[in-house]
Amino acid sequence: MKALVWHGKQDIRCDTVPDPEIEDPKDAIIKVTSCAICGSDLHLFHNMIPAMKPGDIIGHEMMGEVVETGSAITKLRKGERVVIPFTINCDECDQCRRGNYSLCEKSNRNGELSDKVFGHRTAGLFGYTHLTGGYSGGQAEYLRVPFADSTHIKVPDSMTDDQALFLGDIFPTGWQAAVQADIQRTDVVAIWGAGPVGQMAIRSAILLGAKTVVVIDRLPERLSMAAAAGAETINFEDESVIERLNELTGGRGPDKCIDCVGLEAHAGSHIDSMLDRVKQATMMESDRPHVLREMIYVCRGGGVLSIPGVYGGLVDKIPFGMAMNKGLTFRMGQTHVRRWTDDLTRRIDEGQIDPSFVITHTAPLEEGPGLYRVFEQKQDSCIKVVLKP
Amino acid sequence: MNASSTLVTSRPDRTLTKTDRVARGLGWFSLALGVAEIVAPGKLARALGLEGRERLLQAYGGREIGAGIWALSDTPAPAIWGRVAGDLVDLATLAAGVRDGDESQRRNAWIALGVVGAITAVDLFTAASLTAETSERRGETGRDYSDRSGFPGGAAKARGTAEGFTPIDYQVTATEARKEMETA
Repeated sequence: MKALVWHGKQDIRCDTVPDPEIEDPKDAIIKVTSCAICGSDLHLFHNMIPAMKPGDIIGHEMMGEVVETGSAITKLRKGERVVIPFTINCDECDQCRRGNYSLCEKSNRNGELSDKVFGHRTAGLFGYTHLTGGYSGGQAEYLRVPFADSTHIKVPDSMTDDQALFLGDIFPTGWQAAVQADIQRTDVVAIWGAGPVGQMAIRSAILLGAKTVVVIDRLPERLSMAAAAGAETINFEDESVIERLNELTGGRGPDKCIDCVGLEAHAGSHIDSMLDRVKQATMMESDRPHVLREMIYVCRGGGVLSIPGVYGGLVDKIPFGMAMNKGLTFRMGQTHVRRWTDDLTRRIDEGQIDPSFVITHTAPLEEGPGLYRVFEQKQDSCIKVVLKP
Repeated sequence: MNASSTLVTSRPDRTLTKTDRVARGLGWFSLALGVAEIVAPGKLARALGLEGRERLLQAYGGREIGAGIWALSDTPAPAIWGRVAGDLVDLATLAAGVRDGDESQRRNAWIALGVVGAITAVDLFTAASLTAETSERRGETGRDYSDRSGFPGGAAKARGTAEGFTPIDYQVTATEARKEMETA
């Protein structure tokens, strides 16, 4: 089959690789009909997350049709359309029973490695390094799904691929980002990053009833998409984020701050972000946490910082004393996708939201590598790429 | 909703072009040369007839290391253009070696001039190619997506549809209502 394969830093190729096979009775194989390039795939593209190996198939946003099931599968039938969540979960362990699906204790087949690196293991993820199981990803024609009885979302017949695809990651990720901010109807919610997850977080915050949503980015196309949902926008290249946020909140600061940027914050004109860029390039720091610093500074006392943006390792110069004295609450983590997807599927089906608004580029799988570069460099007004194997 | 999505064609099936690979090679070369200039400026100065200019060579070494790190990043084009400028400075410096050195040093400086001249040509071609490739991919920037609210019923109708959804284990905000419940 054809698949997008990671060969090293900024080196992704469309290769012919062996088809996946059932390896365990709890597996299923799906024929991928749609998959997407995620912003967090760019962290792998830039080799920012450790434990990738040349030859790994990437991709963790995918959906398709069941074509084969293992002998222990009871909830899936051949021909069914499913979205596959990026977090693999068993539905049996203590964390899954609590709803903490991204912390599943059974699905990471490299759990011992994860124990050493993270202190305690996290769930297996598709196409996202050997720290999280080394499972092949879904930017491919076929995908093996472990724990398939619990690692799927059934797609109603009424829903198109483009409407359903993002149930596997960015929609629940934006949703969880807003939910963990515990949004109240009086809240001003500031969201850094108007990429795909940021766009979903904006819509989620509005659905959850935020009084005002303010979005911070620098790209006009992304800000125009944010404004389309009713968000206020700040272009951080044109104005001071802190001054504008204080102005919009009568000097109090936003009640809730959401970081949809993560470890590769744009190296803007701030000294701290330029230093981060240098330190990252010289391997003195793994992540660029400018957004975290700005959120801690500008957030209202007693506020909540929600962090769906991916961080990979070590961050420097975090003003933790400021955070402590302001009594800020930090909520973060990989998304517990299945905790939210029954509700979100219903909301799409009822027409409350249509996540396909975010798609700007659609192309065959073979053109994926070229579109990685377009997405990476934010060219051609690219916000979200969907590939059709 | 998805009517304005574009079907992109003729994208390459691999991310790294030949030019990208050459740029990376130049990046590693820059790093190696920079380290040599910083660690052994005396030997280089003697070989090239540049005695007394060891500090200058070390400064060039710093420049090379900076250009090397940048050339290995995800935006190498400015670094390679920077290398072109650096090459011109190097050529001027080596010309001084040709003028001031003894016979052996002049020979070495001429060889170095030839090598740097060839590398300058590679740098120039690579920088121009990277710039052209980036320009080809650039497409239309600043496209207007203000018709993509994502709310089929409109943003006003959507606001607050999920109000009160927050599960109990995600409730972290101090509110007057929660305080009253606590008092009660």
